[in-house]
Amino acid sequence: MSAALQDPAPAPLLRAEKVGKRFGGFVALAEVDLVLRPGERLGLIGPNGSGKSTFVNCISGDFAQHDGSVTLAGAKLDGLKPHARARRGLARTFQLPQPFRSLTVLENVRVPLLFGGHAADATERAMACLEQVELAAKAARLPRELTQVEQRRLELARAIALDPQLLIADEAMAGLSHAEVDQIIALLLRLNAAGTAVIMIEHIMRAVTEFSERLIVFVAGRKIADGAPREVLAMPEVEGAYLGKQ
Amino acid sequence: MSAAGERSVEAVGLDAPRAAVPKLLAPSPHHALFWLCAVLLGAALVVGLRLIGNEYGYFAGYFILQYIVLSSAWNILGGYAGYVNFGAAGFMAAGAYTAIALRKAFGLDLLPGIVAAGFVAGLLGLGTGYLTLRLRGVFFSIATLCLAVVLQTLIVNWDYVGGSRGAYIVRPREVPPFVSYGEYMFVVMLVLAILAVGISRTVELSRLGRGLQAIRDNERAAEAVGVPTLRLKLIATTLCGALMGVAGAPLPYYSGYLNPEAAFSLAYAVNAIAMPLIGGAGSWLGPVIGAVLLGGLQQAATVTISSALNLWIVGWMLVIFVALFPRGIIGWFRRRA
Amino acid sequence: MDPDLILLLNGIVSGLLLGGLYAAAATGLAVSFGMLDIVNIAHPALMVMGAFTVVLIGTALGLDPLLVAVLQAPLFYLLGVLIYGVYHHFFEKRGEEALQGLAFFFGVMFIIEVGLVMAFGPEQRFLDPPYAFITWRLGEIDLPLRMLAPALLALAALGALHLYLKRSFTGLAVAAVAQDAEALRLMAVNPVRIKRLAFGLSVALASIAGGALVVVQPVDPSSGQIFIGRVFAICIMGGMASLPGCLTAALLFGVVENVTATFYGPSWSPAVAFGWLLLVLAFRPQGLFGRMA
Repeated sequence: MSAALQDPAPAPLLRAEKVGKRFGGFVALAEVDLVLRPGERLGLIGPNGSGKSTFVNCISGDFAQHDGSVTLAGAKLDGLKPHARARRGLARTFQLPQPFRSLTVLENVRVPLLFGGHAADATERAMACLEQVELAAKAARLPRELTQVEQRRLELARAIALDPQLLIADEAMAGLSHAEVDQIIALLLRLNAAGTAVIMIEHIMRAVTEFSERLIVFVAGRKIADGAPREVLAMPEVEGAYLGKQ
Repeated sequence: MSAAGERSVEAVGLDAPRAAVPKLLAPSPHHALFWLCAVLLGAALVVGLRLIGNEYGYFAGYFILQYIVLSSAWNILGGYAGYVNFGAAGFMAAGAYTAIALRKAFGLDLLPGIVAAGFVAGLLGLGTGYLTLRLRGVFFSIATLCLAVVLQTLIVNWDYVGGSRGAYIVRPREVPPFVSYGEYMFVVMLVLAILAVGISRTVELSRLGRGLQAIRDNERAAEAVGVPTLRLKLIATTLCGALMGVAGAPLPYYSGYLNPEAAFSLAYAVNAIAMPLIGGAGSWLGPVIGAVLLGGLQQAATVTISSALNLWIVGWMLVIFVALFPRGIIGWFRRRA
Repeated sequence: MDPDLILLLNGIVSGLLLGGLYAAAATGLAVSFGMLDIVNIAHPALMVMGAFTVVLIGTALGLDPLLVAVLQAPLFYLLGVLIYGVYHHFFEKRGEEALQGLAFFFGVMFIIEVGLVMAFGPEQRFLDPPYAFITWRLGEIDLPLRMLAPALLALAALGALHLYLKRSFTGLAVAAVAQDAEALRLMAVNPVRIKRLAFGLSVALASIAGGALVVVQPVDPSSGQIFIGRVFAICIMGGMASLPGCLTAALLFGVVENVTATFYGPSWSPAVAFGWLLLVLAFRPQGLFGRMA
């Protein structure tokens, strides 16, 4: 890579180079390149099995091994475990909410703070995160007492507590009502306005188009399009490969 | 809490959750109060037993206290983090034989023996954890299951500590400030039990404990929010192994003779699991309740029924409790309350 | 021929025969642990229980132990169905396999072991069929029937199981149950029913392995403890859910253990098993022949 490519301002927040993953003989993800600016809002779409979640797991460190290389704010992430990446400001949510089921809502959000260097004022910070997602009133509840959208918001509060530079929201709106989707979008926009870059992986097209300033499309483990949402969605190969199937 | 207190919290909760809720949820751990109560309770036990003046009291007390140490140790890994250690007998025997070996080699007494036992058994826990904890939790459990068998093989083949014949430790008739050797052993185990419960309580209420609970609930999510899961699990296995070794170190001093069969007794393995699970794993008090209850029952029952039948009943209690009361006695009461 | 070489050859051959026994002990686990994802740590205890009932029935009726092992297998199948029923109802259904479920199987193991001590005493039990004292000789190599007959029975049981899993509809469903819930739905089978059946089979295999065990060597109630390390090491080395892998690993393991015993003394064999288990877990948890997922 030449020096000219490394220096252009602003420096990229996330740089994925030739990231790929194989399971035995099956190629789940093939040499995907991606550069993300700080504070960017990126939508990632693609049919089921197109490698979206595989890509997320490579970035987040859930796969111990994959091909290619991932850099966050100039620092290489390769070989780092998920917790080390989380502390560097890379947060993610899961397709299905994964709360700590025996801990209260407040304690759920305190966990990332306790291990993120904020042990002294973890409770205050956790309450602040809960207020951002409008869950403060339910701080003493257990996760199973929450509605689905509240569980999604709890998941986001836990991610916010990491004070992330980048948030990967992996289908954070699946199964939610129209109004609830709007709530989550508003939340993500607020978070983004405060400086966090967001990668939104979503099947709900309305959410993706409303939220994203840039859109990429995966099909069969490859990135087939990358650009402004309106232009990408108008591309014939995207329509054929993805939208046509729905 | 008084009715007035509840009402005021509720009233505040509606207006200003920010101020009220943290107060409700994060009570200060009251560490000093706990230690004070524990020491007072311990002193009361010593005084009480001395007033009764029966050697059997010390014997039964030692038996139960030893299980308080063992089950509190198990609970740190099993109850908080959800990783099952089947090797209690192995870790305990490792501690006991460390004490024996040091006694033979350097003439060291019980107290340095206890420290060394904790060190050796802790290393054993760390090693086992290091080799297996990167995998699913069951593999760690399977490894601990075999650990006792292998250690027993090593001890049986190790003539220096008596091999299969066993080893003797000459007990002094009296240890000065104490009225009898039995009282001395009881007090040693009492101190160890207070320390073990205190450590397990401190862990539960600390950052480490929160991290372990997060691991138990959802290891992948814990990792994703920045919990260094492998490191915490290794700390917990080390601590668990060390405390089990500490529980075993006084064993040869207590009985004056130890052979591999007694040191690796199945009773330790099953009780270390049954007591916390029956009392209520996941809280520091659960193992204490389980050990007092189950230990007391077994101690009472040895008079009337055979030791095998005794253990058989413990096995059945374990199975029935995990099936019907998966949160143990504490969980059952909490749900009622 | 060099006496050391003869010793080694004999060690290898009887190791292979021993491996046949281990294969029988470990395939049941390959079904329950490998295919069904049920961590049945009571499996070796069930095998020892099978060995005791073989001694009991065989002595009472004057029957061959291997025959008794096969005849009693249906009863063990029912026992397995019962155990799975309890496990499923209280643990699997509630999603509490990890801690409580494991403690349950530990309890079952413990109840069996102590129960055997209470019923039969801690002494060793054996039942020698007439052929136990015959040894065939092939040149310098001994083929004791005491080891050959159980190994053949074990291989026959393994072969039958392999055919069943590969050829029958329910057998295919068993193979799919852990990996592919979608396929099961398409086959229109109830996964719980399939797991119950397969778990029953795994316990029936434990009974056959127990019968084979008692011909090879005397058993006592705690024999199962030594087998835990062995069977889990073999099962993991073999790649968990693969019967051919399990057989290969068992034969390899039998040879290594037996050769070690020949040259260093049999008292070290449990340590060999554990050492292997740790090495496998540390370096090749995907098994000797598997590939990393």
